[in-house]
Amino acid sequence: MTRTDPLDVPRPHAQLHFGVFFQGVNHWTIWSAPESGSQIDPASFRRVAQTAERGLFDAFFLGEGLRLREVDGRIHDLDVAGRPDAITQLAALAAVTRRIGLVSTSNSTFNEPADLARRLSGLDLLSEGRAGWNVVTTDNAWTGANFRRGGYLDHADRYRRAEEFLAVARALWDGWEDGAVAGSANATAWSAPGTIHHVRHKGAQFDVDLAPTLPRSAQGHPVIFQAGDSGEGRDFAARNADVIFSAHGGDFDDALAFAEDIRRRLRVAGRPDDDLRILPGTEIIIGATEEEAQEKKRWVRRQQVTPATALGIAGLLWGIDLSGRDADGPLPEEDPVVTENDGSFGARRVADPRAVVAEWRAKAAAHGWSLREAVIELGPQRGHVGTPSGLADKFAHYVRHGAVDGFNVTPYLVPDGLDDIVDLLVPALQERGVYRTEYTGSTLRDHLGLREPLTHRCAPERRAG
Amino acid sequence: MSGPALHLAVEIDGDGAHPAAWRRAAHAPDLLLSPRRVATLATTAENAGFTLITLDDGVLPPGTSPNPVGRIGAVERAAFAAASTSTIGVAPVVPVTYAEPFHVSGQLASLDHVSAGRAGWVVAQEERPEAARAWGRPLVAEADAWARESRDGVEVVRALWDSWEDDAVIRSVATSRYLDRDRLHYIDFTGETYAVKGPAIVPRPPQGQLVVLGSPADGAAGLLDVALVGGGDLPAVATAAASAGAPRVFAEVEVALDTPGAAAGERVADLGRHAPWTDRGRLRHIGPVERLVALLADLSRHVDGVRLHPLVLDEDLPVLSRLVLPALSERRLVARPLPGTSLRATLGLERPANRFAATAVQEGAR
Repeated sequence: MTRTDPLDVPRPHAQLHFGVFFQGVNHWTIWSAPESGSQIDPASFRRVAQTAERGLFDAFFLGEGLRLREVDGRIHDLDVAGRPDAITQLAALAAVTRRIGLVSTSNSTFNEPADLARRLSGLDLLSEGRAGWNVVTTDNAWTGANFRRGGYLDHADRYRRAEEFLAVARALWDGWEDGAVAGSANATAWSAPGTIHHVRHKGAQFDVDLAPTLPRSAQGHPVIFQAGDSGEGRDFAARNADVIFSAHGGDFDDALAFAEDIRRRLRVAGRPDDDLRILPGTEIIIGATEEEAQEKKRWVRRQQVTPATALGIAGLLWGIDLSGRDADGPLPEEDPVVTENDGSFGARRVADPRAVVAEWRAKAAAHGWSLREAVIELGPQRGHVGTPSGLADKFAHYVRHGAVDGFNVTPYLVPDGLDDIVDLLVPALQERGVYRTEYTGSTLRDHLGLREPLTHRCAPERRAG
Repeated sequence: MSGPALHLAVEIDGDGAHPAAWRRAAHAPDLLLSPRRVATLATTAENAGFTLITLDDGVLPPGTSPNPVGRIGAVERAAFAAASTSTIGVAPVVPVTYAEPFHVSGQLASLDHVSAGRAGWVVAQEERPEAARAWGRPLVAEADAWARESRDGVEVVRALWDSWEDDAVIRSVATSRYLDRDRLHYIDFTGETYAVKGPAIVPRPPQGQLVVLGSPADGAAGLLDVALVGGGDLPAVATAAASAGAPRVFAEVEVALDTPGAAAGERVADLGRHAPWTDRGRLRHIGPVERLVALLADLSRHVDGVRLHPLVLDEDLPVLSRLVLPALSERRLVARPLPGTSLRATLGLERPANRFAATAVQEGAR
């Protein structure tokens, strides 16, 4: 990609934002290399978070699992697994970091507002305004088997519940007026009378009546992230979110189309179209030369897609158990089987497996690929590969054309996987003027350049209650 | 009992045990809900030589106006405190009357990971009907139902801690397997009000099982590692301790000490003008340091430890730190935790075998 004149672009002053996603699940994290660290030792989390902070990242991001993944009723054993509760881990990290945002993925189906809103609020206070909440939904009974509420939601109700959850959470976060708590040791009352408001809410999903127990943090509310890619998910984000953790960051045209779609939905929702940051998830593989970067990519992919993982991924596509086959041999001769999705990991099949398999067969035949090579080349793809300067030019182009606001980076190695990005890519981005050279604010909302929380901009009746 | 030396725990919630404690606090009210407050109390307690801090909690506000009505969740404070310290134990209060045991188990296991094996759990019950309204769940009313929820909750949380065997992560490059799925276990718990499948998301805690503390009068009796016993005088405490039925027993003791600025009685009377210090049937010491040291020496013949509830943290914790713990230490009456030691080990409790691993071995032997 050629370097463009920074002033001859739609957003000449745009800045790139980085988050880091300590994933702790699925095959993208390499566990077989000598340098693969612990997925649960607090030192691993501290190391990644502190490296990201050294690299002036906006956020450290944790996912959530509510049931160990299964394939055909058996626990999936090929990938990293076993991770901490996100908010608990982040509260510990709040004590050993100073600036970086701390984002928890937490489910709105299998939590209750009184509890989760308070936990997020506590994280926000302990980190002095650095908390974020990635709102996710679940609808299936498979996950519900671990919870009191059991059962499941109708698919259509999952975002209804999420939206109502968020409304109650915001009411709780707004329940204390600013300055409610006395600032003087001689005060006659700990909090000023009439400044803390009870929240009563009766809706289709929640019927609660409670006193909020925490004041607003330095950033008002935790920053709201959202990752759903369906039309419903995008509309939910356009109405409620501050950041979208999207899946559209690998290809410029796809990223731009997604960003334009989100901006359109924002306008429909009555918000300014720059009110939301788009941070696609990505992997970044860096080499000193283009050849070295490609060579590293080949190593990374072969570590990620082991023979058994290749059979597992292909098995999901074919809908049949391929374990025991030869991953280095040809593609299976059987036709794919279409099965029902029960919500477990192993049931996540593609929409039209027959067409995909036909395409795989044609390409594998043309290139002489084994099944494992086909999975590496044609299976789920992610990421950017290149030299620090090549990637910096590319990312500057993305952000200056409004295709992304940054990336949520998943390191393929923990805990050292961010080192190259911080040591090599960040300086190259800074040279191009698209990346901060110091933190200028103290809260996550500051880092992302976001406006105040949505409920603070509207008439009081907008506040749920 | 673990030995002659006492383990000392201190409750660090809010500004102290008295509902009006905030009026004598050394800081303005709006600094209570801050990270600095949590870190300062935790490091002060660690430096003083306490074995454990506990952090009270519940879904409802901690008090009513004009007293403090705000509180950060205990698990979050405990995680922050753990990352701010290196040897002291940290035990949040977490009721399971309405909470999801699956979440509670994961949160507490994670606390044990972030503290490298220094975590405990004080089981409590949410008995006020307002708690049900806050959670939006059907009311759990009366002692039998509270006991059922506590018993089931502790059972599920403990089973989930065992649902990963210690060596479930095998990293077998030859077979491409990260996990040995035979070392992961569905708990398949079915109680009266709910069922939980398992296994946990969080690997087994470093201690195997966290140290579980609670009142033997509540529903989790029989599932506790440490019984917290009340009693208004020494014979009552001794009787309660003798029948507590837990591996370790801690006595609950409320303390108001003479400080350089004011006598203990004056301080209690001062706060009494604003609110009563409700008698919860616990030992209460109001007076000089020497008499507290003597009381603790007496208690050391009946219990393994004492949990102190200071009247005003900012006034009493410094006196405990400067005078009481050193005096006990001189007489070898207090056990300071050693660096790198788990809370279980500090308390002389064994690291428990995994209930599921034991089953697997038996089946293998057949």
